[in-house]
Amino acid sequence: MAGFLIKRLLQAIFVVIAITLLVSFAIRLTGDPAVMMFQGGGSMTEDDLARIRTALGTDQPFLVQYFSFLKGLLTLNFGRSFTGSTPVSQLIANALPATLLLAFISMVVSIAISIPLGIKAATARGKAADQIIRVLSLLGLSFPNFWLALMMVLLFSITLGWLPPSGMVGISSYVMPAVTMGVILTATNVRLVRTAMLETLQSQYIMVARAKGLSEIKVLYKHALRNCAIPLITYFGIQFGGLLGGIVVIERVFNWPGLGTLAFDAVGARDYPVLQGVITVLALFIVGVNLLVDIAYGLVDPRIRTE
Amino acid sequence: MAATISRRSRFLNFEFIFGALLTAVICLAVLLSDILFPGGAEKIDLMARLARPFSSLAHPFGTDPLGRDVLARVVAGGKISLTVGLTSVIGGVVVGVLVGLAAGYYRGIWDMLLMRFADVQLAMPFILLAITFIAIVGGSLANTIILLIASQWVQYARLVRGSVLSLREREFILSARAIGVKDWRIIFQHLLPNLIGPVIVLMTLNIATNILLESSLTFLGLGVDPTIPSWGGMLADGRTYLQTAWWVSLFPGVAILLTVLGLNLLGDWLRDSLDPTGRTTR
Repeated sequence: MAGFLIKRLLQAIFVVIAITLLVSFAIRLTGDPAVMMFQGGGSMTEDDLARIRTALGTDQPFLVQYFSFLKGLLTLNFGRSFTGSTPVSQLIANALPATLLLAFISMVVSIAISIPLGIKAATARGKAADQIIRVLSLLGLSFPNFWLALMMVLLFSITLGWLPPSGMVGISSYVMPAVTMGVILTATNVRLVRTAMLETLQSQYIMVARAKGLSEIKVLYKHALRNCAIPLITYFGIQFGGLLGGIVVIERVFNWPGLGTLAFDAVGARDYPVLQGVITVLALFIVGVNLLVDIAYGLVDPRIRTE
Repeated sequence: MAATISRRSRFLNFEFIFGALLTAVICLAVLLSDILFPGGAEKIDLMARLARPFSSLAHPFGTDPLGRDVLARVVAGGKISLTVGLTSVIGGVVVGVLVGLAAGYYRGIWDMLLMRFADVQLAMPFILLAITFIAIVGGSLANTIILLIASQWVQYARLVRGSVLSLREREFILSARAIGVKDWRIIFQHLLPNLIGPVIVLMTLNIATNILLESSLTFLGLGVDPTIPSWGGMLADGRTYLQTAWWVSLFPGVAILLTVLGLNLLGDWLRDSLDPTGRTTR
C-alpha cells in the first residue's frame, strides 16, 4: 500500500508542476502587462515601460520568475495582483467559496436526483420507463448550459421576477446557477448509475437477497447501491474537473463572484499572478480529489494497487 | 452475459429514426442555406427591425435589432457549428489514433509520455486552457478548431491505446508477428479494423460536444469572429436584448439543442449497435 501511495502522490505532484509550468509559460506569451497598463494612457517611453517591468518583476528570466512562483506556492503565496496589488491569495480566498459552494450544491442535488432515476432505469431495463429516462438524459446532455442559463433568466427574472438575474444577493441567487449546472450533471449521472446498477444487479448476492425475501427497496438501496458506490464515487471524482470548468462559463453568464470571473478579468488585464493562482488552485483541487478517490479505491479494492 | 443484452431491435428504433432525421434535416438546411435565403444572413430590412416572431411570413422567427432575419441567420450560423464540429473531430481522431496505436503497440517511453500528458490534461479545465490559448493566438475559426483538436486527441489516444494493449496479446496478432508480417501492416490491417468501433462512437458524440464547446467559446468572445453569423455569436448578441427581444436568443439556442440532440441520439444508437457491453460509457 505504501508503494502505491507514493507512486500516486508523485504522479499528482508531477501533474501540478507540469500544469503550473505550462500556464506560467503560456500566459507570458499573451502580451506585456506593462503595455496593457498604459493602454489609452497617452504616450509612454521605453524608460517608463522598463520601470514598470522591473516593478512587476517581468524583466527577470522566465525560469527565475517560475521558481519564485513555485517557492511562493509552498506557502500558498501567489504574489500580488498586477492591477491593484492585492495579494492573489486574498483574491482567491474571496472567490473560492462562491465557486466551491456552487459546485457542491449542484453535485449534491444531481446525485440525489440521479440515484433513484438511475436505479429505476436499471430495474426497468428496456421497458418504457428506461427508454423515457434515457431520452430525457440525452436531452439534458444536449443543452448548451449558457443558453439554458439565459432562458432561465428570461423566464424567472425578466418575465416572472422571482429570482435575481445575476450577482450574489442571497440564497435565491444560487437557484439558477445551480440548476443550470445540475441539469447537465444529472443527465450524465443518471447514465452512470444505470450502468453501474445493471452490472451489480446481475451478481449472485442480489439473487440471494431477493431469495431471502427482502423487500425490493432494501435489495436495491441497501445491497445493490452500496456495492456500486465505489465505481460511482470514482466517476463523480473524475467529473469534478469538468464541473469546475463548466462553472467558469456559468459564472460569466450570472456575473458570479467566483474563480471563473476572476480568471476572465485576469486574462483581459494580462494579470499573470492572478491567472497562475486561479489555475493552480483549480488544478490542486482536481488533482487532490482524484488522488483521494484513487487512494480510497486502493484501500477498498486491493487489486488496483498492484496494477 | 450474452443472455442479458437487451433485446430491443437495434436498427429501426426511436433513437435511430429521430436522431437521423434531426441530423439530416439540419445538415440539409445548412447546406442549402444560400438557396433557401438568397441574400441571407446579412440582408437588412430596416422597416422590420425587431419584428416579433410568428407574425409575418417574411420573417417567421422575427428580426434582430438591425432588421436581419433571425431564421436566415440561424440557418447560416449552422455552417460554423457543423464545420467546427466535423473538422475538429477528424483532426482529433487522426492525431489521437496514430499516437494511441504507436503508444499501445511499441509501449516504452512514448506510452509513458502519452499517459502522463493525459494526466496533465485531465487536471486542466478546458475553458481555462481556452482562455489562455485564445489570449495568445487570438480568436478565429482556425484557432478554435486547433484548440478543440489539442484538447481532445488524448481521448482517442487513450481509447485506442487501451484496445491495442488487449489486442496485441491475442493469437491472431501473435501469429501475424510470428510469420514476420511488418509492423505497419499489423497495425493498420489487423489492429485498426478491430478497434475502430468505439472510436466511431466517440467521434459521433464528440461532434456534438464540440458544437457545444464552440458555441460556448464564441458566446464568451473566445471563439470565431463575432461578425460571422454563428449560433454562439448570435446568443452573445441576443443576451443584450434579452429584455426587449427574447426571440433573438431563443432560436439559435434551440438550433444548438436540436443539432446536439440529433448527434447524441445517433451516437447512443451506434454505441448500442457496435458495443453492446457498454465499454465506452462516458
